[in-house]
Amino acid sequence: MLIRRPSDIPSSEITPESVYLNRRQFMRSAAAGSAAALIPGTFAAACEKAEAGSGDLAQEQPNTWEQITTYNNFYEFGTRKSDPARNAHTLRPRPWSVAIEGHCAKPGVYDLEDILGPVTLEDRVYRHRCVEAWSMVIPWRGFELRQLLDRVEPTSSAKYVEFFTLLDPVQMPNQRSNDLDWPYVEGLRMDEAMHPLTILATGLYGRDLPNPNGAPLRLHVPWKYGFKSIKSIVKIRLVENEPKNTWQIQAAHEYGFFANVNPEVDHPRWSQAWEARIPALTKSTPTILFNGYGEQVAHLYAGMDLRKYY
Amino acid sequence: MRWVIKPIVWLAGLGPFLWLATGYPDRWGVNPLEYITLFTGKTALIVLMVTLAVTPVRRLTGWNDAIRLRRLIGIFAFFYVVLHLCIYLGLDRVFRFGTIVEDIAKRPFITVGFAAFLILLALTITSTKGWIRRLGKRWQKLHRLVYLAGGLAVLHYYWKVKADTSEPLIFAGIFALLMLFRLPVFKRLHSRGASSRPVPATAEEA
Repeated sequence: MLIRRPSDIPSSEITPESVYLNRRQFMRSAAAGSAAALIPGTFAAACEKAEAGSGDLAQEQPNTWEQITTYNNFYEFGTRKSDPARNAHTLRPRPWSVAIEGHCAKPGVYDLEDILGPVTLEDRVYRHRCVEAWSMVIPWRGFELRQLLDRVEPTSSAKYVEFFTLLDPVQMPNQRSNDLDWPYVEGLRMDEAMHPLTILATGLYGRDLPNPNGAPLRLHVPWKYGFKSIKSIVKIRLVENEPKNTWQIQAAHEYGFFANVNPEVDHPRWSQAWEARIPALTKSTPTILFNGYGEQVAHLYAGMDLRKYY
Repeated sequence: MRWVIKPIVWLAGLGPFLWLATGYPDRWGVNPLEYITLFTGKTALIVLMVTLAVTPVRRLTGWNDAIRLRRLIGIFAFFYVVLHLCIYLGLDRVFRFGTIVEDIAKRPFITVGFAAFLILLALTITSTKGWIRRLGKRWQKLHRLVYLAGGLAVLHYYWKVKADTSEPLIFAGIFALLMLFRLPVFKRLHSRGASSRPVPATAEEA
């Protein structure tokens, strides 16, 4: 009799994917007697209990599924906002693994299921502020990045965390262009990466992250401009020196490493003092320092010249 | 000139505006401000290119009468520029005049865009028969500023985009082509006695 070892049968082959990846939430909800929390329509109720960062975020309505998944900057699929929704079907988010390298005790190639195994998935509603001066409110499902980092045990030489998107012009056709240098690279200072607000998201509205939003795993750092929140991550590297992120390589005088949301520091070509909260017709939402998360993150930048370190 | 041409130009000129207006809200999309700003800007640029294409078309086809349409087309270009400007002033800046002044002074792409607007404003005001009479020979010199406006408009678009410059570069190419046609070597490209002398607006224009 052949007894199949557990590793022969990954759970993802047995259980429906979205239920598997979100099983902790499923069990929490089931225990609380409402599997209804998994249904997008009743998500708002689940969101109110979720850790939301700034206090008044509970009053801000999350944007719709359609808005969030059809209006994206994901240049790997084209530079128009409608391109990712149209073209990202070529991305294969499963099977997926993330290579963890650099100054840590447990480097290696980790399957996505393995990464998600020990983490606590939560529903978090975050503000997302694009550097282009539009913003949305997004109900992510994900886990704190620090859970993954703690697991791989960064050494004292690890001062920064560097992230890489998939490099594959077959799955991501616009990587054949030179609109940007590929693969897309981003980075965080170690204290930013370890901050409880910094998450790796795997879901949206309780469903699997759609391809245009960076399936199957993307970063979200809500107090920074959206380009910091790198999508479709395949490699995480613990490094000693500040990484050069892609938009800084593209135009260093316009995009920096820190990219903290700041109404007082203009982009060279437009003001950052106001934003259009999708789907508003006017830029009538005042931009708030650190995107309204100042209470939680301002201390990370105490004494820092935010105009110099943009 | 056949009587049907003028109404066709009117329809073609108003067409984009009607398309835009009837597109609310679905065609305006997830970020409606971005959509209508870009739509009006690109339409203004295209219509301006058409205005600049009148003389080359005249010379290539010998259709001298085309010149009578040029003022109408030019005014449509200005119409879309005004729409584009109003959207920027009223919806993007929400009439915050301090930020508007700051934009014009500090952001080069807005500086040149605003300069292009001022030129087209002057050209629109002086497009009447009265002004042609009043300015005489100087009218022609003044209206050559449309070339500068075209160049500034293309620069405005090129400087605005973040990474993908392909569309602005296409406009730049078209503009360069239209300007090349004005070189003396091309003045001889005409058939059936088409005149290369500039012809100001006549009483028959709209």
